[in-house]
Amino acid sequence: MQDSLKSSSYQQLEQKSKYTNMFLRWFLYFILILFASYFIFPLYVMVVTSLKTMEEIRQGTLLSWPSGLNLESWAVAWGGRGYGAGDTFLRPYFWNSIKMVVPAVFFSTFIGAMTGYVLTKWRFKGDQWVFLFLLFGCFIPFQAILLPMARTLGVLGISNSVVGLVLVHTVYGIPFTTLFFRNYYVSVPTELVKAARIDGAGFFKIFFKILLPISAPIIVVTVIWQFTQIWNDFLFGSTFSFGEAAPIQVALNNMVLSSTSVKEYNVDMASAIIAGIPTLIVYVLAGKYFIRGLTSGAVKG
Amino acid sequence: MFKWLEKNLPKIVMAPAVGLIGWFVYGFVLWTLYISFTNSKILPKYELWGVGQYVKLWGSRKWLIAVDNLLIFTALFLIFCVVIGIILAIFLDQKIRAEGILRTIYLYPMALSFIVTGTAWKWILNPTLGIQKMFRDWGFENFTFDWLVDREMAIYTIVIAGVWQSAGFVMALFLAGLRSVEDEIVKAAKIDGASLFTVYWKILLPMMRPVFFTSFVILVHISIKSYDLIVALTQGGPGISTTMPALYMTQTAFHKSQVGLSAASAMMMFMAVAAVIIPYLYSELRRENAR
Repeated sequence: MQDSLKSSSYQQLEQKSKYTNMFLRWFLYFILILFASYFIFPLYVMVVTSLKTMEEIRQGTLLSWPSGLNLESWAVAWGGRGYGAGDTFLRPYFWNSIKMVVPAVFFSTFIGAMTGYVLTKWRFKGDQWVFLFLLFGCFIPFQAILLPMARTLGVLGISNSVVGLVLVHTVYGIPFTTLFFRNYYVSVPTELVKAARIDGAGFFKIFFKILLPISAPIIVVTVIWQFTQIWNDFLFGSTFSFGEAAPIQVALNNMVLSSTSVKEYNVDMASAIIAGIPTLIVYVLAGKYFIRGLTSGAVKG
Repeated sequence: MFKWLEKNLPKIVMAPAVGLIGWFVYGFVLWTLYISFTNSKILPKYELWGVGQYVKLWGSRKWLIAVDNLLIFTALFLIFCVVIGIILAIFLDQKIRAEGILRTIYLYPMALSFIVTGTAWKWILNPTLGIQKMFRDWGFENFTFDWLVDREMAIYTIVIAGVWQSAGFVMALFLAGLRSVEDEIVKAAKIDGASLFTVYWKILLPMMRPVFFTSFVILVHISIKSYDLIVALTQGGPGISTTMPALYMTQTAFHKSQVGLSAASAMMMFMAVAAVIIPYLYSELRRENAR
């Protein structure tokens, strides 16, 4: 008798806690979805605005649905209107960015792999200090090197050119790529390298036959990190290039700020999406590697 | 000769990286430091002039506004990013359905450039066609949200956009931290009758001290260097009300041709970053050595 009483009160208690739990659960989802809408809101607004005509933009609200799939502002953002002066559009600058990103990512990744390899597998006296020496480059505010860099590019005759930007991005990428590769190669057993050395394998043979084949994950992380950083860069792009040689972020900013008679928000939004799409695609396809790079190299900001 | 080459090959391979960083980072910072002690205008001059540029800098109203804005921005940016990041991380940690999708949504702004972010928010916040109009069309006739063009409030629009971009990143850091804690600890606490709230507040969050530290360093670093977002969102306006040090530096150098003054402002930024980074590096190295 007493037993069953006890168990029923226990059941009541459990029932009660089930309700509070359910309530908490709903609350949890409510908050999570609330924040999700805050994060998704600008992207939604960008996409729908880019599909509207200016007439629709003036009449509707931010959230209102476009009347149809109106891709005209995308065409204008990408290829312009076809008349001469003052017609800025993103296509040439998009290619500038590609021409800048590909070599800069390649060189900085390659140099980082090499230094990371030496720092972990061919250790020498004071290599810790050399690593620290390189690492510090991750943290400097670039304002402190902007003025001498501008002069140096001028002296080298590559200011306002894609080549100059490749140099800049390669150099200031090295601290990060070194950090990535060094931290990855540290966990590769050194015995492997020692055995190969006894067998007579040289410096490069060991790198290409032993280290490189197992480096795929860290190469992906490094390439994604460098690609995102360089593609999204504005400070170097806007300081060291203008006009024809500008990368896409600079061109986007110029397009949005250019004060023509009528502000075309739909074209602005289409341009912004075009400038953001390559990195978004990388993020969606390789989010895991993106986050891994972010958590280990994000101090650059 | 060949023997020597073979023996020193690793060092030869290291040389380009060390040389490039030595020249382009250390050499350049020293050059900037030197120039900040000269009276350089359009072109650098190399006669020393003392601390005149620093005196001028701290007497400049625009610089003081920039520093003031930096403090406001950093404080709010930090608080909002960390609070939102922790809330999202803890909530996502409750065996949530569709966690993957939610995580992706919270973090995607991090893949966008600040110029794209600024462009989007500028459109959303513009009073004539943006949020203000949306609410007015919905029947809130007197709804006003014109911070973007309000001298006093414009700095907060930069906070809104900045938090939007970076809060997800703090979430990712904390989520990784929470996931790395042994389940046993949580289980043991629950058996002892601790509520979920107590478990987080008293046990897990205190264990996240290194994550707090890392987020703090990264966020402060981002905010000291923030430049693109301001350029895209307000260009430092209305007037000069949203100027920040990074913007001051480039404007002084490239629009006003005050190279010496600009170098002085760059060195102030450098020192601010160093003040945050050096303790961080020190503690990180100690942790690595302790391992």
